[in-house]
Amino acid sequence: MKISEIKNILGAELICGEEFLENEVSTACGSDMMSDVLAYVKEQAVLLSGLVNPQVVRTAEMMDMKCIVFVRGKRPDIDMIDLAEQREIVLLGTKLEMFTACGLLYKNGLKGGSGI
Amino acid sequence: MELLSLHYEVSGTDFTCAGEASGKIKKNLKELGFPTNIVRNVAIAVYEGEINMVIHGGGGVIDVEISPDCISIVLADQGPGIPDVSLAMQEGYSTAPDNVRQLGFGAGMGLPNIKKYTDEMIIETEVGKGTTIKLKVFVN
Repeated sequence: MKISEIKNILGAELICGEEFLENEVSTACGSDMMSDVLAYVKEQAVLLSGLVNPQVVRTAEMMDMKCIVFVRGKRPDIDMIDLAEQREIVLLGTKLEMFTACGLLYKNGLKGGSGI
Repeated sequence: MELLSLHYEVSGTDFTCAGEASGKIKKNLKELGFPTNIVRNVAIAVYEGEINMVIHGGGGVIDVEISPDCISIVLADQGPGIPDVSLAMQEGYSTAPDNVRQLGFGAGMGLPNIKKYTDEMIIETEVGKGTTIKLKVFVN
């Protein structure tokens, strides 16, 4: 799935990273706990989170993730956006709740880390 | 490739900057052409260590030595030390305060994660003096 499709499915707003919207991703995870993302996530390319602080971008950076979707209408600040731009990570924002956002992406073909 | 040494100071007060050193180390390893999984394992282990330094250690220093076969990392702080290392190594055990949990950390996964992503991990700690964590990731 292209990141642009994720944007469309979630009715999400593009915050930064327009040039990477056509990149392909196949897996995602949803978590507000960065420790868990670092512990259990393997090859996921998309992180959905309701947590908003620079460590969300850092965590995605360490895990080689390509896109972060902020759920529940959360908005990153300018420092986070700068950091994501430097690290070439797409930031999207949706008003949907975590469960709904994950469910819609799963229904449309995005998988979890175990490929299920 | 000759042995490359890197040194970073980690602030103990600025949580927003935590991860800066890990990001730089990751970039270096990537540019040197190390395999993606090795780069990621080192990045995650150092990042968890860096976060721990900020949360518990009052800041510290990170030294990295890079050779073609092995990446050695030493994270040293002069914080309160770890009274019970085996307890701290248990998944889910955490002494992090609530404000840290609100930032997405403090799930008691830091040290277990560091162990998980490295080949060697030695913790030297003394209550009241500080903690030094020595890590090795072998390339082959």
